[in-house]
Amino acid sequence: MSIKGKAYIVGIYEHPTRKADDKSLAQLHAESAKGALEDAGLTRADVDGYFCAGDAPGLGPLSMTDYLGLKLRHMDSTDSGGSSYIIHVGHAAEAIAAGKCSVALITLAGRPRSEGQATGTAQRATGGNAPDAQFENPYGPATANMYAMCAMRHMHQYGTTSEQLAWIKVAASHHAQHNPHAMLRDVVTVEDVVNSPMIADPLHRLDCCVISDGGGAIIVASPEVARSLKRPKVRIIGAGEAPKHQMGGHVDLTYSGAVWSGPAAFAEAGVKPSDIKYASIYDSFTITVLMQIEDLGFCEKGQGGKFVADGNLISGTGKLPFNTDGGGLCNNHPANRGGLTKVVEAVRQLRGEAHPAVQVRNCDLAIAHGTGGSLGTRHGAATVIMERE
Amino acid sequence: MPSQERKIQAPQPNPETKAFWDAAAAGRLMIGKCTGCGQVHYYPRAICPYCLSDKTELQQASGNGTIYTYSVMRRAPIPYAIAYVTLQEGVSMMTNIVDCDLDQIRIGQPVRLVFKPSEGGQPVPMFTPV
Repeated sequence: MSIKGKAYIVGIYEHPTRKADDKSLAQLHAESAKGALEDAGLTRADVDGYFCAGDAPGLGPLSMTDYLGLKLRHMDSTDSGGSSYIIHVGHAAEAIAAGKCSVALITLAGRPRSEGQATGTAQRATGGNAPDAQFENPYGPATANMYAMCAMRHMHQYGTTSEQLAWIKVAASHHAQHNPHAMLRDVVTVEDVVNSPMIADPLHRLDCCVISDGGGAIIVASPEVARSLKRPKVRIIGAGEAPKHQMGGHVDLTYSGAVWSGPAAFAEAGVKPSDIKYASIYDSFTITVLMQIEDLGFCEKGQGGKFVADGNLISGTGKLPFNTDGGGLCNNHPANRGGLTKVVEAVRQLRGEAHPAVQVRNCDLAIAHGTGGSLGTRHGAATVIMERE
Repeated sequence: MPSQERKIQAPQPNPETKAFWDAAAAGRLMIGKCTGCGQVHYYPRAICPYCLSDKTELQQASGNGTIYTYSVMRRAPIPYAIAYVTLQEGVSMMTNIVDCDLDQIRIGQPVRLVFKPSEGGQPVPMFTPV
């Protein structure tokens, strides 16, 4: 069974907060849910499926359905880190296709800024029972140095340069200047990026995403529900997911799980990378974008540096407009999990509701792709392909 | 700057991994070896990640390897080099490169095993350029 055409994204919401001192975590989830339902023109009573991941408070779906007063037929708390919500879109489409629910709500929220969470350069907390923890924690794995090891190897193997990586941030900043909610709205240059302080060789400060509070929500619905609403129709036509890990010690950091999730999604959708008009690509770090672009097939392996250079990701001038909201590099990275906002901006593009300065013309086919967990150890790749009907 | 000045978080051995850490305390680096399929793996585990056989054992590694990749964490009280080292036996492991000039570390560089004490004393395997 394929999910192609079996479900639509009918509601989206990106919480405007970037620092939520005055709100609780559950409240941010709930405000996001409310925003997405209002965007869709649906009510709480219409929701019969709920999806959340590890950022949700308490016992995830139980705590949040209690808070929201939902009555459900289906729930799913798949957690693959920041890519979870892209997986949720695919899983929601599957559940709808199987008749398990007709209106699925997906929420995300987090307050890493307000809570002063050690992020990025601090040692990553892993559960005491994680089998890998005792073989890694003594060595000081943070988030930044794990992705940095991927960048270092990519540079060694393919000749990728810091200047090429910097173009990814430059493109994001060109888009963020038009987003009033973005944390970083100043347009930056390649020189600005490579001259910013070194965090973990070879990644500079401006190669890293922002740390922000925030949240968001997505409503996925059946074709019958979608037809009854007065919103532009965004149809889900393909999805893929895959974990990648250390393969028993045969570590290869030159590629991501997108080499599996991407082709699965493209095959289901019946389209190819060159057909895509807009791409939301998870941008925890510049290297994340570059590797995923290669692995999704937008260019040959190893040619990502050349592909992203010279503004090729900038809407209006480049061949592959990406992250037109400014992405994680400039806009926000709620809960340190950027997958949900990737879907949100892709839907805006397909609806023609992106900022006019970055709206892609005739945008009828878009991809959202994410990497959750850590690119340098183990991660979950997730891809979803959507079209405007 | 010797990177062992950094506080090294102590590993938390469990019944499955106690023998690995006991060997480390005796100055030996062990990798996993499956007598079912013959392959070696890292980190060592009771169930082989290639064939799911429970006929796994620990095998002592030579302690020689090369740097697969690395990164020097600059934004830390004491900068340190994290790395994956590919052992002569064919598997790669996360580790630190120590007792060297952090600015001279290179991918492909030959390294050899050293042990550094973590908090509480348990030695953990690290590597230094040959």
